[in-house]
Amino acid sequence: MAVALEVKGVNKRFGGLQALNDVNLLVDEGRIHAIIGPNGAGKSTLLNTFIGRLKPDSGSVMFDGKNLIGKLPHQINQIGVSRVFQTPEIFADLSVIENVMIPALAHRDGIFELNAWKPMRKETNIRQKAIDVLEDLGMEDKLEMTASSMSRGDKRRLEMAMGLVQEPKLLLLDEPTAGMSRADTNNTIEVLKHIGDSRGLTMIIIEHDMHVVFSLAQKISVLAQGTVIVEDAPENIKGNPKVQEAYLGGAH
Amino acid sequence: MLGLSRNDFLMLLLVLFLVAAAPILLNPFPEGSSLAQFNAGYPDLMQRFLIFGIFAVGFNILFGLTGYLSFGHAAFLGAGSYAGVWMLKLLTINVIPAILMSTIVAGVFSLLIGYISLRRSGIYFSILTLAFAQMSFALASSVLQPITGGETGLQTNLNDPRILDGANTSGNIPAPSLFGFEMRESIQVPMGDWLWTFNVGYYVCAFVLLIAFYIAIRIFRSPFGMMLKAVKSNNERLSYTGINPRPYTLAAFVISGMYAGLAGGLMVAMDPLAGSERMQWTASGEVVLMTILGGVGTVLGPVIGAGIIKYFENIFSKINDNMLQSWFAFMPDGLESFMVAVVHPFVGKGWHLSLGLMFMLAIIFLPGGLIGGIDSVYRRIFKKRAQ
Ligand SMILES: Nc1ncnc2c1ncn2[C@@H]1O[C@H](COP(=O)(O)OP(=O)(O)OP(=O)(O)O)[C@@H](O)[C@H]1O
Ligand SMILES: [Mg+2]
Repeated sequence: MAVALEVKGVNKRFGGLQALNDVNLLVDEGRIHAIIGPNGAGKSTLLNTFIGRLKPDSGSVMFDGKNLIGKLPHQINQIGVSRVFQTPEIFADLSVIENVMIPALAHRDGIFELNAWKPMRKETNIRQKAIDVLEDLGMEDKLEMTASSMSRGDKRRLEMAMGLVQEPKLLLLDEPTAGMSRADTNNTIEVLKHIGDSRGLTMIIIEHDMHVVFSLAQKISVLAQGTVIVEDAPENIKGNPKVQEAYLGGAH
Repeated sequence: MLGLSRNDFLMLLLVLFLVAAAPILLNPFPEGSSLAQFNAGYPDLMQRFLIFGIFAVGFNILFGLTGYLSFGHAAFLGAGSYAGVWMLKLLTINVIPAILMSTIVAGVFSLLIGYISLRRSGIYFSILTLAFAQMSFALASSVLQPITGGETGLQTNLNDPRILDGANTSGNIPAPSLFGFEMRESIQVPMGDWLWTFNVGYYVCAFVLLIAFYIAIRIFRSPFGMMLKAVKSNNERLSYTGINPRPYTLAAFVISGMYAGLAGGLMVAMDPLAGSERMQWTASGEVVLMTILGGVGTVLGPVIGAGIIKYFENIFSKINDNMLQSWFAFMPDGLESFMVAVVHPFVGKGWHLSLGLMFMLAIIFLPGGLIGGIDSVYRRIFKKRAQ
């Protein structure tokens, strides 16, 4: 099976804390790969090194034949990597539909385009694409709502729409269902499953909700204190003593 | 229509009407009446309304959309003015090359300053622009004297080359004109007790303002405009969305610099004199006030803000104690002098006090500026009706 993302020897130190300790990861193309681990294990930090938010002290992150380390955030996104953040990162004072049209425009027009004359009203294709994605996520009745006024779960779904509308090759999801109701969580699982199956999109999902993890993941990596301690198929994860120790034993 | 939505088109028509009819609308009080003092329908004042309107509309493309607050835009107004005067001196007394060159020179100048200043954001960006503008001001008043005329300023002379114009035989310095129509020419129309003045220069400014305003609406409603709003809303998120925010903000900076240059060019087209004080920080601050007072990020707000501030500056500053006494003359003596004493600090040389008070009230009670205020009142009424 082809490898979509290859992480090799990534280290990151914050002062006295070794947040990432020689992390290695192989993510298969077209699969959903879950990263789990206790709070503070370094999961979000690892994603930060993928998207240019943090520069690791050493190591490489190869995607599509290119090393993502050292590239700028907008370049990484244009290569085809989109992320849903753990704390919602949205355009708070713009409307929901605008929040989704912006990444759609970025996908179509690239890093910069002086498109200052055509009215937004006439960008019907972009608008339709945004509406379609929002419909998939059950948000079609909130198009004109100001993004900041939405619930936390809805902000998550909005961010997912922002990622999906770009038709990325790799979608990074940092706790996408946190703050969602059970029903919305289940709906989100369905949507992600459907997209994974129909588009062959590669996804990395960080989750604490094991229901979500085991519904979606085809492979799971367990991260504890900055190191991948286990990488295996879901059915082998639950009974693994190392995993139980990482969760129950805590720091030692 | 014209690529605008219905509402935007109506707004453009409204501005067209107001601007075209301003010589009448701004002179509501009969000549010689005690309130004639408050008339504003004079060519030079009305020209200033429009010129500063253009300046503020452009400034708002940067500040209103991206949130980057420049404290140095007067430098571009000044650079545009100098470029304009040089065109009037060297090329022709026709104002078109002057206005075009002002815009271009300011554009190049703002590209340079914007490129450097936009390496930082927030207060550091503001300070950088302020520093550049003050540097320009200091240079223009001293070392650059051969180009700027130093402290006395730059003006047209009788023996300027004006290579495109024929030999000047009149013995007078020619006045800026548009294909023979001098900017200072006016037609005065007495209408009963009223007197209306229709001035060539004013209508040239009006034409330019309408175009500048139209372009601004197009920019506001375009994908580019939306990216600028996204810069203001969450700059960092935008970069994780595949957009490089830097060229967007730089483009906005240059566009607003060109608007400032255009305003400077119109200034010298109306009165061919450019001084370095035009670049001073107070002038940069003024356009910030205009934009905030009218409504940051609204299309129409800055024009209104510019009008109000220029009105205060010119009308309130002319009110003196004699006038106050005549207004309060109907009161008993003691009360009359009391009222004069109370109002005195707010008018004449104290007009800044009235402006400052109004500005404070607007900021506290109308966070969206005057347009924001009107908008929310309108919405409240509209909602009540809908229920
Ligand atoms: N920018 C930073 N500067 C200093 N320390 C940081 C920074 N980012 C993360 N850390 C620290 O690194 C460790 C790992 O944090 P990280 O956010 O990656 O954990 P996580 O696995 O995502 O946890 P959670 O499940 O709670 O989201 C934590 O101890 C955190 O405090
Ligand atoms: Mg995290």
